Amino acid sequence: MIKVRTKDLIERFDLELVAGKDGVHREIVTSDISRPGMEMAGYFTHYPKERLQLMGRTELLFLYDLKQKEIQDRMKKLCTDVTPGIVITRGLDVPHALVEAADHAGVPVMRSPYKTTRVISRLTNFLETKFAPSTALHGVLVDVYGVGVLITGKSGIGKSETALELVKRGHRLVADDNVEIRQEDYDTLIGNPPNLIEHLLEIRGLGIINVMTLFGAGAVRNYKRISMVVHLETWESDKQYDRLGLDETKMKIMDVHLPKATIPVRPGRNVSVIIEVAAMNFRLKRMGINTAEEFSNRLNSVIKDVDNKEIE
Amino acid sequence: MVEKELTVQLETGLQARPAAKFVQEANRFSSDVFLEKDGKRVNAKSIMGVMSLAIGSNEVVKLQAEGPDEEQAMDSLVTLIESE
Repeated sequence: MIKVRTKDLIERFDLELVAGKDGVHREIVTSDISRPGMEMAGYFTHYPKERLQLMGRTELLFLYDLKQKEIQDRMKKLCTDVTPGIVITRGLDVPHALVEAADHAGVPVMRSPYKTTRVISRLTNFLETKFAPSTALHGVLVDVYGVGVLITGKSGIGKSETALELVKRGHRLVADDNVEIRQEDYDTLIGNPPNLIEHLLEIRGLGIINVMTLFGAGAVRNYKRISMVVHLETWESDKQYDRLGLDETKMKIMDVHLPKATIPVRPGRNVSVIIEVAAMNFRLKRMGINTAEEFSNRLNSVIKDVDNKEIE
Repeated sequence: MVEKELTVQLETGLQARPAAKFVQEANRFSSDVFLEKDGKRVNAKSIMGVMSLAIGSNEVVKLQAEGPDEEQAMDSLVTLIESE
């Protein structure tokens, strides 16, 4: 797990460091952000001190109604030894008492020129991405017609070869062989290649090839949301494969369930074309057109008509 | 399933050639073999996976094998990694 430090925030968002520069190496341990309104009013019992604190106009204006002694006391309590930092928004003036307390405790005070709500959402997005749970899977990730397709299957089944053909047909390679996946939100999986093997593809008999230099910048992507899984396996004559497409099988990666199609591989079956069609069919379904279901309904109504005629 | 933690003795670490040799050896067995470093787990039969770990000399890795010939797979891969 990578550590997130206050320094990273300053660099990423170009924040102005106003006080407490001894603490820029403090670690941020949660993506939650606190607006210490209650604390300004003197209630510190449930102060979430390990969170990043964010003070906007409301919190700061409230301070001006307090006595000097109260301000000093509360600023001191705000700057604990674990608080990763305090962000002041709207480019507002930082109260003198806060600068003193922050310098003393080594809590970085940073200033942003933007509005509070904007700063909160950008900081939250950044932190959520950093703290997103992640895993790595053996498979190939390709962007097919804008649909992120994760191709899985045993070693040697032809995942990379399929990816090569898909690239040749104008689709984009994201990662070969090893896909790093992080979960954003509760329903989104983002896949990217490990840095070292970005843009590379291994083809048995040829070795390692660079897809970007061979096919151009349009043939690769650095990351892609994963929408479906295509599992390749050798054809087994006694195994039942989906013939209708009425039931969607799912595969669970972390907390997310993805639709999964199992495609049997056999000489003469063009897997890349099947994957292209699977991706298009996936899009069609999301647009509300489910061919299998429509056909099944049509069949049912015809059967019903026949039954009715027989009764007559 | 068999599992073993071991230190890479290969002087150069798992550079491209040794990595390819390692993967080829792993592919001789029908068991599923996994290699893990710093919590990152990859399929030991995939060259890109193994190389993406960038395993250096004297680093500690975990080897896992599961299947009918897991013992043989483990023995032969351990010998490879622990040879100098």
